Amino acid sequence: MLFSNRVINILIPIISVLLGLLSGAIIMLVFGYNPVTGYAALWNGAFGDSYFLGETIRQVTPYILSGLAVAFALRTGLLNIGVEGQVIVGWLASVWVGISFDLPMILHLPLALVVAGIAGAIWGGIPGLLKAKLGVHEVIVTIMMNYIALYISNEMVRSVLTDGDDRTAEIAPTASLASEWLASMTYFSRLHYGILVALFIAAVMWFVLNKTTTGFELRSVGFNQNASKYAGMNVSKNIILAMVISGAFAGLAGAMEGLGTFGYMNVKSGFTNIGFDGIAVALLGANTALGVVLAAFLFGTLKIGALNMPTEAGVPTELVEIVIALIIFFVASSYIIRWLFLRFKKEGK
Amino acid sequence: MFKNRWFIMFALLLSLGLVLAACGGSSDGGEDEATGNEGEGSSEGSGEEASGENGDFSVAMVTDIGGVDDKSFNQSAWEGLQAFGEENGLVEDEGFDYAQSESDADYVTNLNRLVRQDYNLIYGIGYLLQPAIEEVAGQYPDTHFAIVDSVAEGDNIASITFKEHQGSFLAGVAAANKTESNQVGFVGGVDGDLINKFEAGFVAGVKSVNPEIEVDVQYAESFAAADKGKLIASNMYDKGIDVIYHASGATGNGVFAQAKDIKNNDPEANVWVIGVDRDQHEEGAVNDTNVTLTSMVKRVDIAVQDVSTQAMNGEFPGGEVIEYGLEDDGVSIARTNEEAMTEEIISAVEEWKEKIINGEVEVPSTIEDLETYVNSL
Repeated sequence: MLFSNRVINILIPIISVLLGLLSGAIIMLVFGYNPVTGYAALWNGAFGDSYFLGETIRQVTPYILSGLAVAFALRTGLLNIGVEGQVIVGWLASVWVGISFDLPMILHLPLALVVAGIAGAIWGGIPGLLKAKLGVHEVIVTIMMNYIALYISNEMVRSVLTDGDDRTAEIAPTASLASEWLASMTYFSRLHYGILVALFIAAVMWFVLNKTTTGFELRSVGFNQNASKYAGMNVSKNIILAMVISGAFAGLAGAMEGLGTFGYMNVKSGFTNIGFDGIAVALLGANTALGVVLAAFLFGTLKIGALNMPTEAGVPTELVEIVIALIIFFVASSYIIRWLFLRFKKEGK
Repeated sequence: MFKNRWFIMFALLLSLGLVLAACGGSSDGGEDEATGNEGEGSSEGSGEEASGENGDFSVAMVTDIGGVDDKSFNQSAWEGLQAFGEENGLVEDEGFDYAQSESDADYVTNLNRLVRQDYNLIYGIGYLLQPAIEEVAGQYPDTHFAIVDSVAEGDNIASITFKEHQGSFLAGVAAANKTESNQVGFVGGVDGDLINKFEAGFVAGVKSVNPEIEVDVQYAESFAAADKGKLIASNMYDKGIDVIYHASGATGNGVFAQAKDIKNNDPEANVWVIGVDRDQHEEGAVNDTNVTLTSMVKRVDIAVQDVSTQAMNGEFPGGEVIEYGLEDDGVSIARTNEEAMTEEIISAVEEWKEKIINGEVEVPSTIEDLETYVNSL
């Protein structure tokens, strides 16, 4: 056996990332840009010095949480497209707590995080409830809930949290995840303590799914609903629970932006894409906690590093977007590579 | 199952390592390459080199999410920088450059990058960058910053603003003279102080000519959503509105698209668009006619050039608010479409322009002032 299952599982992600980089390089060559300087600029833009390293980690933080949110639902067999909307309500809720309460930090910050999680959980729970009780497909409901979240939060920022402004006040320092110390260490990057929250949640997800009875039930429902029901599990309860937890993770991703990166909420002209990118992060990470963390690092690196390509290597922004999309495309299409592998294996026999 | 998952994780870790390693390898190559061409590989090196040749001055700008090809505001600013660069023999990417923002999380990152590439003067284009520029300017007191369309606090920030309400007033006068259905429309980008200024001026201008004319005001809530612009324009034209003034950046491209579609189907249709920021005459060209009645031209390019020159000469207006208005041609009304802008309309516009410059007419710049103004008519 030349290609055992183990080898295939290791090789597939490696090959897909390499193919992505290679095709990105070809595109750059075709359009007359030097792929070597292009990728060098990408690298420098993400890890060039501690400022960019800080910004990369800052970008990775919400990706980890949104990736975990999608992954958690997928493990129970639910496709939560609504992470985007749950991120937005989480962001709004965290900023609302941040500007409205006057508490010591030890209470204020956890309260803001918890409220953001609850807001996301409610937003995710509604589609879960509809799916469990009425059989409405969660994809449709969550997509619609994204728009509801976007426009309601815009209206809340405009009419409730401010008097017709397009941006809320800054949150109180007692609710902020930002840190002078981290910022000064990284030349004023917006790196904040949220990364610790994100890593902690990743550990929580691993623990819940793999070490608890609830987690076993959730995964079981994901594998086969009918068998789970036959085994005496409450399928409806598990569907709702999965969406609630997934939504809570997404709400926390929003809190990372609200309490960490920005410190305020503004009127959004479109989606933040944190939630949608989370779908790709979860798929690339094979829906596991550690996989999601690694995939989020790859996405954050590409996102921040790409900003440097036009200025340092002269590659136009549009081309950068194509290159990044190609890398993601190949990474996400690892199924094709797996299929090719299996084909070769059969022919070899 | 359990084992399997560990292998996927391990594989991911390895692949990530490979990506990083691959990039690391090319990084060396990149520097070699650059050394061959320029003598200095790193970005800092090329920055210094540029400043050495050009009397220690380099300038850059950060766009909002519209990008430098938005046919409007950002493009105008970039044209100003290009003109400035040409005038002073600067090289693009070294003496002057731009960084494009893909989302509002990128503003701070982009500003920081340009600071770290040793640009002397950095522009934030658009009021959306105001919090970002205040933050970064506080961290780097030795670099000069300028913000267009907003007032930012800080000794090293120059704030460039325009009296858009005055220009919009004249656009309103032109629209009121052109409309046949006595209904005109206004399409705004994001509802806020800045675009309210356009709205207030425009409505005041229309009502000053004829208080009977109805003005339909709609906001797209984005400066980069051409699809929404097209939808709003389609509704407005269907309702019988024949002149639409848009103050919505790239969203306005949708308004032009809709007007041109109508004109294509029915060359006799009476539909007009009033452009914004740049002279948008070329956006309105359809067959052998043009739907652009006029444009409220805001000379962001001149302002950018102006402030850059002052900064280069060591007279950077830090902490000041510079306001461009009708009297210094900072805002004006385009006359490129001679067929549509008849003598009659032009003389009406000129008449009101005189009144505004004399101070005879105080153009409202907020929605509250607009109400008072309209009630006093």
